[in-house]
Amino acid sequence: MRVYVNGEPREIDHSLTLAELVTELDLPPARIAIELNRAVVRRNDWPATLLNDEDRIEIVHFVGGGS
Amino acid sequence: MSTAITEKVSDAGDSLIIGGRAFSSRLIIGTGKYRSFGEMRAAHAASGAEMVTVAVRRVPLDRSSESFLDHLDPALQILPNTAGCYTAEDALRTARLAREALGTDLVKLEVIGDQTTLFPDNEQTLEAARILVKEGFVVLPYFNDDLIMAKKLLDAGCAAIMPLAAPIGSGLGVQNPANLRIMREQLPDATMIVDAGVGTASDAAIAMELGADGVLMNTAIAEAEDPAKMATAMKLAIEAGRLAYVAGRMPKRLYASASSPLSGVIR
Repeated sequence: MRVYVNGEPREIDHSLTLAELVTELDLPPARIAIELNRAVVRRNDWPATLLNDEDRIEIVHFVGGGS
Repeated sequence: MSTAITEKVSDAGDSLIIGGRAFSSRLIIGTGKYRSFGEMRAAHAASGAEMVTVAVRRVPLDRSSESFLDHLDPALQILPNTAGCYTAEDALRTARLAREALGTDLVKLEVIGDQTTLFPDNEQTLEAARILVKEGFVVLPYFNDDLIMAKKLLDAGCAAIMPLAAPIGSGLGVQNPANLRIMREQLPDATMIVDAGVGTASDAAIAMELGADGVLMNTAIAEAEDPAKMATAMKLAIEAGRLAYVAGRMPKRLYASASSPLSGVIR
């Protein structure tokens, strides 16, 4: 099935969880945050959150910036 | 960490209070545009700032990304911002993500209205501020230097007001000192932090002399030829400006007023 991660289409297995997606993307889980279909998913809920076809996932971190 | 800061300044007597937290430094600085992480760290250390602002962006998926936050002194309070947001909705999403990632309820709210000027969209800013306050955020909004907007933001429950001095990154300095003075006089209890537009030390001193409680800046330090030196200059300017404001300046006069006695001059 297909999901969109940070705007990019990505083919993933069925029954993949958000926590597994983070591992698959090789992201450092600390100090990132995830939004699933425009709602924040708390870190503790990542392992229990199953992804569905056409889900839109935003994964953010922090960068240097002022205004 | 905020407890440590509170303890540190408890005997200083003149601290910047934001959302119940006390800071001994009245300078808040950005983390963008530095030529290197080392240069940024040196500038941060020299500035004496206790709070730095960071932006929220999509994680790059094509390479392993180290955490930018690892380059910051862990003692610094991190103030996530919503820079780059053009709608209230985007600012809300960004603030919520930042809170989830950092566990802080502080947010520097920015909703930009125009790419060329980076002037704020006051209407969207106010809408976002109202919702964020209801969600428990400590909201520090960037907005135009306008008294009526300041009142609305405070009524909405914002912890401070952050009027611009000049366009973001312009380095023009305080363009409308009268507006800042009016806001200070009309809103004596508000925490007012001048955000954006400062170019050099005298600009920061002027903002403080006008009664600002603090100054937030990024480019003035990051784009200086020697950021650490400029950071020191800003630290001193803010302290000098604050002292001058608290001391109460002499009135301006159009004509001379001799400082030496007029009597007893030899003839």
